[in-house]
Amino acid sequence: MSELKILTEHLDEPLLHEMETYERLGGYKAARKALTEMAPEEVLEQLEASGLRGRGGAGFSMGKKASFIPRGTMDKYLCCNADESEPGAFKDRLLMQRNPHLLVEGCIIGALAAGANKGFIFIRGEYEIQAKILDAAVVEAYEKGYLGKGIFGADFDLELVVHRGQGAYICGEESALLDALEGKRGNPRLKPPFPASQGLYRGPTLINNVETLCNTPAIIEKGADWFTAMGEGKSTGTKLVSVSGNVQRPGNYEIELGIKVREIVEGLAGGPPEGRKVKCFFPGGSSAPVLTADALDLPYTFEAMAEAGSMLGSGSIIVVDDSQPLVPLALRLAEFYRHESCGKCVPCREGTNWTVKMLERIDDGEATPVDLHIMSEVQENIIGNCLCVLGDSMAMPIGSMIKHFREEFETHIDEARAHRNGGAAVGEHDAGELASAVGAGPQ
Amino acid sequence: MPEALRTSIVAAMQRYPDSRSAVLPALAAAQEVHGWCSPEAIHQVAAVMQVTPAYLSSVGSFYDMLRTEPIGDRYVFVCTSVACHVRHAKEVYDAIAEEARDQGLEGVDLREFECLGACDMAPMASVDGRYIGPLETSDAQELVAAVKEGREVLPGRGLADPGYALPWESREGAS
Repeated sequence: MSELKILTEHLDEPLLHEMETYERLGGYKAARKALTEMAPEEVLEQLEASGLRGRGGAGFSMGKKASFIPRGTMDKYLCCNADESEPGAFKDRLLMQRNPHLLVEGCIIGALAAGANKGFIFIRGEYEIQAKILDAAVVEAYEKGYLGKGIFGADFDLELVVHRGQGAYICGEESALLDALEGKRGNPRLKPPFPASQGLYRGPTLINNVETLCNTPAIIEKGADWFTAMGEGKSTGTKLVSVSGNVQRPGNYEIELGIKVREIVEGLAGGPPEGRKVKCFFPGGSSAPVLTADALDLPYTFEAMAEAGSMLGSGSIIVVDDSQPLVPLALRLAEFYRHESCGKCVPCREGTNWTVKMLERIDDGEATPVDLHIMSEVQENIIGNCLCVLGDSMAMPIGSMIKHFREEFETHIDEARAHRNGGAAVGEHDAGELASAVGAGPQ
Repeated sequence: MPEALRTSIVAAMQRYPDSRSAVLPALAAAQEVHGWCSPEAIHQVAAVMQVTPAYLSSVGSFYDMLRTEPIGDRYVFVCTSVACHVRHAKEVYDAIAEEARDQGLEGVDLREFECLGACDMAPMASVDGRYIGPLETSDAQELVAAVKEGREVLPGRGLADPGYALPWESREGAS
């Protein structure tokens, strides 16, 4: 029950964010090696062989994604997705704040693999301090000649720009990120074409999460075999896991993929407060369907979480203990997605809004168990019917809550109705209708 | 038009292959000067960038951090999203909002905000970009007073403050 610190190895070094410290600890060795000793194809090969999967949520092979970028002389781009806005996720914040040069080095390697000469780090606007730290790191890298023209004397140029968002969850969706970066509203695009063929400014674009890129220097330096020796099956390497919610020690923990969820939630994060039990947890941010306490003994891998009906996502575990009523939680979740829906696709724009209204209805004592059925239908009509998965990201966890805790939702409906009608707790659904029929107003 | 604003917008435009990419940095810079994306701010950005004010308004209104009303040029965003919610963030927000009313806090954009990416320090707030937490309802009075008087809010409890650690971070090699 311990961490395996690869990405976070030196994070406690006080001045790690400065070039001097980072280099003293072996920084930029990997980028130098990639540029001076390896052909771009070899870099790509190593990344593919490492099995490194995207750490932003989708879990797609990073090397494969880079290999989709066409060769040729057109302008190509690298975009680092640092828009970390998923409720429960705060790992990229830690990496950028403490070890910004690791990300800059990862960007050099990523850009080399993609053949891109222009790179952007799209960081969410709320991360003001982290953006300043990154800016300073980029300036230092330019001064050293690690960015700009002819990096490390090799025939490779890279311009890197830190671009700040202005507060919109949807900009973490890769095509919305591209629109935002082009100076537009952050609306997701119709795919295909995928960003690898037509992304930023219609050029081939490789988009990777902060943690994904931060993994690349070690892979280049120590080799793909070293990386695949860690983890389990197709979930190779380590993962920085953000644990939050009802645990005693919320925080970021770097673990080897494949250890049991329980080891993370109870071992590292200390489990729920004294006297409380895990009611359910989101294994991969608020967009992941919830799992119940019996899933705590599953290995924490992309595969196991998917098999259990959820996802590892960005690796953010939000723990909910048995003191938490689920209706207000579901409502808060739905409100988030309603607020963040860009409004482009009707099922998402309307579906998130109606879900909020129906959950409010439950809480206000106006709902009947039929509403749960209608709500499930609303969720079904969102899933798979939009340009991006924002709507799905509400529909799936809400659906999972109703699936696992239907009884609690039904009891909440009954009790709220009884309360509204001013009577004692009644279990019968017709009691409410009767009360309103005789003119009992709201409370 | 303030010369510094023009310079900063022009510099932003030069950073990108397509100058229109500078819309967000330009609007943020204008807001910095005017306190919000006022018609005047929008017109100044439009004049430098050679895009229509209508286009800028349509983009600006999409983003939570760009203010479309003159609420105040400083902000207190209290996260009440999922991970903070289960740690009673709503009570913290309500306490802060009540204090703000009682103390007559003005010129500050105080609101509940969606996940700020700091669930480890939940419940938390961002005061002009400085992340502060974990917060309790009993912090509300001092938090509001400090914002009102322009003092540093809860010194030592900001994420980037020297020596900052979460209360339970005595574990070795805390990250």
